[in-house]
Amino acid sequence: MMLHVSPTAATTGIAKGEVLLNVENVSLRFGGVKAISDVSFDIVKGEVRAIIGPNGAGKTSMLNCINGFYFPQEGHITYKGVRRQKVRPHEAASSGIARTFQNVALFKGMTTLDNIMTGRTLKMNVGLFWQLLRHGPAMREEIEHRRKVEDIIDFLEIQAIRKIPVGKLPYGLQKRVELGRALAMEPELLLLDEPMAGMNLEEKEDMCRFILDVNQTFGTTIALIEHDMGVVMDLSDRVVVLEYGRKIADGTPDVVKADQKVIDAYLGVAH
Amino acid sequence: MAQAATATLDTFPKLLRRNAAVRGGGTAFRHKDLGIWQSWTWAEVYETVRAYAVGLQTLGLKRGDKIAIVGANRPRLYWSMMAAQMIGAVPVPVYSDAIADELAYVLDHAEVSFAAVQDQEQVDKLLSVAERVPRLKTLLYDWGRGLRDYDHTHLHPIATAIEQGRLRLSEGSDVGKALDAEIEAGHGDDLSIILYTSGTTGRSKGVMLSGGRSIAAATDTVRFDNLSDADEVLAYLPLAWVGDHYLNFAQGLVAGFCTACPESADTAQADLKEIGPTFYFAPPRVFENLLTRVMIRMEDASGLKKKMFHHYIAVAKQWGEKILNGQEVPLGARLSYGLGNLLVYAPLKNALGFSKVRTAYTAGEAIGPELFSFYRSLGMNLKQLYGQTEAFLYVTAQPDGQIRADTVGPPSPNVDIRIEQGTGEVLYKSPGQFIGYYKDDEKTAETMTPDGFVRTGDAGFFEVGTGHLKIIDRAKDVSKLKSGDLFAPKYIENRLKFYPNIKEVVAFGQGEDFVSVFINIDLTAVGNWAERNNVIYGSYQELAGHPDVYSIIAGHVDEVNALLAAEPMMAAAQVRRFLILHKELDADDGELTRTQKVRRGFVGERYAPLVKALYDGSTEADISTEVTFEDGRKGVISARVKVSDARQYPATTGKAA
Repeated sequence: MMLHVSPTAATTGIAKGEVLLNVENVSLRFGGVKAISDVSFDIVKGEVRAIIGPNGAGKTSMLNCINGFYFPQEGHITYKGVRRQKVRPHEAASSGIARTFQNVALFKGMTTLDNIMTGRTLKMNVGLFWQLLRHGPAMREEIEHRRKVEDIIDFLEIQAIRKIPVGKLPYGLQKRVELGRALAMEPELLLLDEPMAGMNLEEKEDMCRFILDVNQTFGTTIALIEHDMGVVMDLSDRVVVLEYGRKIADGTPDVVKADQKVIDAYLGVAH
Repeated sequence: MAQAATATLDTFPKLLRRNAAVRGGGTAFRHKDLGIWQSWTWAEVYETVRAYAVGLQTLGLKRGDKIAIVGANRPRLYWSMMAAQMIGAVPVPVYSDAIADELAYVLDHAEVSFAAVQDQEQVDKLLSVAERVPRLKTLLYDWGRGLRDYDHTHLHPIATAIEQGRLRLSEGSDVGKALDAEIEAGHGDDLSIILYTSGTTGRSKGVMLSGGRSIAAATDTVRFDNLSDADEVLAYLPLAWVGDHYLNFAQGLVAGFCTACPESADTAQADLKEIGPTFYFAPPRVFENLLTRVMIRMEDASGLKKKMFHHYIAVAKQWGEKILNGQEVPLGARLSYGLGNLLVYAPLKNALGFSKVRTAYTAGEAIGPELFSFYRSLGMNLKQLYGQTEAFLYVTAQPDGQIRADTVGPPSPNVDIRIEQGTGEVLYKSPGQFIGYYKDDEKTAETMTPDGFVRTGDAGFFEVGTGHLKIIDRAKDVSKLKSGDLFAPKYIENRLKFYPNIKEVVAFGQGEDFVSVFINIDLTAVGNWAERNNVIYGSYQELAGHPDVYSIIAGHVDEVNALLAAEPMMAAAQVRRFLILHKELDADDGELTRTQKVRRGFVGERYAPLVKALYDGSTEADISTEVTFEDGRKGVISARVKVSDARQYPATTGKAA
């Protein structure tokens, strides 16, 4: 592998196969509406963990809790062995959690390159003074970040759209750029909210390959929400199934597939 | 160039060594990697290729072995060819988009024992056919992504092979001396490369080329087009195609110019703009696509810009080619053209990446005169050549100042051309011509005449007065009218198809009294015309049968007849009667091949009543044909089709001049 992006795994002290993030009895309410009730599961370092469930099952809410967008009323989230107090999204981000969104959230008027560059913001250390001068340390840092971004562009094979404003790109490519921006943060835990939604078969296959490549090359732990069952079963090591905010199954794809509760949840049962 | 040494420069490795000595600091290769153009000088390339050659030897590659090269245009793949040639092995570049079956056939037929490939995709493809290529033992790859967990017993990164070679070279001078001896042992008559034809007709054939002949041919054309080490090309054509091996590899080594490799196939257009090559080749299709894109983008431009663009394009159309050809042009026109260059042509050429192009070639198929003049009128020296793999490319080429859309030029330097009596087939003898087809003496004997000429399979003739060759059709498609006059269907069809209103043409005439054609109108172009002229139509069929459409097409046929009349060999083959078909020819109905070529025989049978009407003098005919819809259902279209007569021109006075 020619990428210079250093896997951050070495710096964390959590070894492959150990629990990276633990969700314990989490409940989340919006007023009287219970979005998540008493859900527990863990994410192990180095795995691809899928969160699936019918519409409105609380999957995105779960991701929002993990990256600090929501704060659950009950329960705890332990990350890298530390029980988390109320965190803000940017704190979650600086602790190594990156995410992509269900509906692409990029800066439409900016180029692919600049969008991915924004993923490096948290890693920029040079002060405003030097940034304004654009020389000396600021230039050196910019070059360093640009090198990392070019690695990602190369990795995702999006050289041809480097200088094109993302608003002009087809949806599948925008999704890829968004993944690029998340990767630019060199995350330890990557949260992907429906990375294949609205894609055709070929785009899905490409995306699957990139997700697996990220997981294998950088050792990045991945939690993804996805509706395409074929994709979920192929990609993930373990699957957690939510329905109406509750966990109904948890295990390897094969176990989950055979679970009667899961089948009922997806196909419906006669009441 | 040291003339004294030329005698011994009969292999590519010797040329590489010469370039490293003569212009060691000059740039030999560029490649855009991670967004930055990386460059290598001739001295660096020579050093790297030497190390690589030793690395290959260490892995077991020997003189006479074949090594497949599979991938896109990347410096390391070019170096793989050079390194293999340095130790007397023979590179066999293969189309990287070839399907596994095709790949297996070529690799097995060529008896390759090594392969240097671009990336995981190609490694996977080769591994999938490994059983069918028993001799293939060792794989080398350029880009290692995704290959980390593969079994590396027979799989090596190219970079490692180079590194190992470098290490061995540094260990003792014996290794270097042995390598020098290998270079010296190479002879101009040795097999230099095997290029497989793309195999449109049957299985691919391996065209064997020798170093000495290849270099002789390239030396001629380098002189012909005044190429030097100040030139630069963008290598984006397939490695396995003779065009890339000749124009970039051979000419690059002979002239010592720089070959730039694009970042990826998708970025070639953007990279072209950044590099600004001075020598450029593209098939007509590429030029056509570029023009279409320019026109579409101009439609979206502001009113003022649109006006300016169209005004100056008109100026260029009137004067541009004359200025380029160095003809007399009034001062006013020169000034107007100069202003146009400032405002339109130069920025446009810059956007297309053609700012610095001194010489550009197109070949492969007939190019429309309008399209050809468009680029020339902008001041781009676009020329045509005619060639084939067996000739190591050039058979004819247009010299500067003698450029026309309808010929392919006079014979290239040192090329003899003979037109066979009767069939009109073009035969040639060229400095670069092939040694034979690999392991196919039968085919070689069919292609080569006893006196050493090579059959092209194309029929053509020399234009009287200018000595330019005109290619008219595949020789096997050329036939005769009842009168015994030559009938070349494709020549007539192409003439008509250059009109945007005409999409497809099928010409008939073999054994008949005269030539007649079926015409398919282009719905986009004619529909656009109908909209602008308030012609109302409900279907393709209705538009095709419209009297005004008939008169437009009649005008086109008339112009083509006038052109044909001016050519002695073609004058008898003017179109006497034509009709416009009521439906579009479609591959789903078997009327076209999947590559959109007309199946003339099939169409003739299917529309037999119409063909009959063309020749029995009736003015209309009824036809009903079965059609297949896209969902697979079948239906019947019935129509009454009008047959129209076209004006004939006397052969000698043809008014086109």
